[in-house]
Amino acid sequence: MDALVIGTIIKVVLVLLVVSALAGFGTYIERKVLAFMQRRLGPAHVGPFGLLQIAADGIKLFTKEDIIPQNANKFIFSLAPVITAATAFIALSAVPLFPTFIIPESLPLIGGAIVPSVIADVNIGILFVLGMMAAGLYGPLLAGMAQANKWGILGSARTAIQFLSYEVVTGLSVLAPIMLVGSLSLIDFNNAQIGGVGSWIIWQQPIAFVLFLIAGFAETNRTPFDLLEHEAEIISGYVTEYSGLRWGMFFIGEYSNMFTISILAAVIFCGGYGDIGFIPGWLALLLKVVFFFFLMLWVRASWPHIRPDQLMWLCWKVLMPLAVINIVITGIVVMI
Amino acid sequence: MFEQIAFYLFSILTIGLFLVTVLSNNILYAMTSLASGMVLIAGFFFLSGADFLGVVQLIVYVGAVMALYAFGMMFFDVTKVVKENNTSNVLVFVFGVSIALLMVAMFAAPISPEVIFASVPPEPNATNPEAVGMVLFTKYLVPFEVAAVMLLIAMIGGIILAGKKMDKSLTKTEDENIIQKDVK
Repeated sequence: MDALVIGTIIKVVLVLLVVSALAGFGTYIERKVLAFMQRRLGPAHVGPFGLLQIAADGIKLFTKEDIIPQNANKFIFSLAPVITAATAFIALSAVPLFPTFIIPESLPLIGGAIVPSVIADVNIGILFVLGMMAAGLYGPLLAGMAQANKWGILGSARTAIQFLSYEVVTGLSVLAPIMLVGSLSLIDFNNAQIGGVGSWIIWQQPIAFVLFLIAGFAETNRTPFDLLEHEAEIISGYVTEYSGLRWGMFFIGEYSNMFTISILAAVIFCGGYGDIGFIPGWLALLLKVVFFFFLMLWVRASWPHIRPDQLMWLCWKVLMPLAVINIVITGIVVMI
Repeated sequence: MFEQIAFYLFSILTIGLFLVTVLSNNILYAMTSLASGMVLIAGFFFLSGADFLGVVQLIVYVGAVMALYAFGMMFFDVTKVVKENNTSNVLVFVFGVSIALLMVAMFAAPISPEVIFASVPPEPNATNPEAVGMVLFTKYLVPFEVAAVMLLIAMIGGIILAGKKMDKSLTKTEDENIIQKDVK
């Protein structure tokens, strides 16, 4: 078979396994960081520093009884978690993750395969990733509607509200950097900022950066905007009736979306995998992604939830006008 | 080879899903198959190399069908089967078949390959969004502007229709102060 095809398959398997495992590790980090900020200990009993808590949670998820409610629409009910997880991974397929490399010829079977840096190298990477992540919201929507539960319906109604609020802000906030770079490809974005920290787009587009982060938090249901499963108001929203592995798939989808947003923020605004001084590019990208991930936890520990009408007010009356003004100014500057 | 497999797979899936949309009595099945059919149509754009149009199809229809879901949620109990009261099966059959025949005739009319040609051939070196932009802002500038004006009119109409009493927030009003006019 073609060397590139084999390499791509290897990359797909690697990304699937690593990101699924990272989702488990992400929960551990989240609990530890939140505990630290709230002066608690967090998971501490299973293994050293509570590290084996991940394995314990995994075993619990896999062996838990899988319950489907009596009046639920069974087909859609089991389809919804798959949609969330699958779209999250499809979105990752257009994101540059590591430099391209060739597996040495000495290895049997897969020797000489070219492992590409992007799985699907579409030249409109940003739009594809954002569109696929938007399609991921069908998971919560269908889950809430299929489970014949009032909390679930409320959760999916909130999904629709949230989607109609943040979607415009996401699109408009990335539009300004796109105008500066003149391309929709994530690799072009990376190459435009190759000249070190000074050439990062964040210095030219600070407003767009903040807007993108806020919209990204809404897109991944992180805390100031996690209306869909607001425990204090609607039990668990769309996941109320889910248990076991189906619930776990929602979780994996949410965490890989967090990684995708972190990578996007790093590549679009903060120089991507370009070298910073003595730090090599792959480590720089990793550090940035870790920082953005930490930022999400930090925000979760610091800010309260907001109401759905407040989210709509924020997105349509504050963020959207700001984004439009930002685009107009950028357009004038680019034309001059 | 991959393209052909993907094309036939997408074709079968799309036709099947839209059949479910039309034939199903369950609002949840109809909406879900509509949404996934629309997403799969984006696959055809990707197969023919029009990545940009494919992503636009994806983004636009994901949002549009999401709004439809909201209406479905408000009007129906989504876990139950909807009772349809169609008065005449003959009428449905006649209309359905004649519309289908019309569509087939329209799309099968330029059956010989010489008739089909690109009226605006794409620039050889242009990327996808550039090629779309070239056509949109030269040959099809007037339809583009007309569409923009129509959207503006629709937006103003929407604001005027929905904008009454927008200065009062129902969420912040106490329950006793909300006057219920419909209660009898």
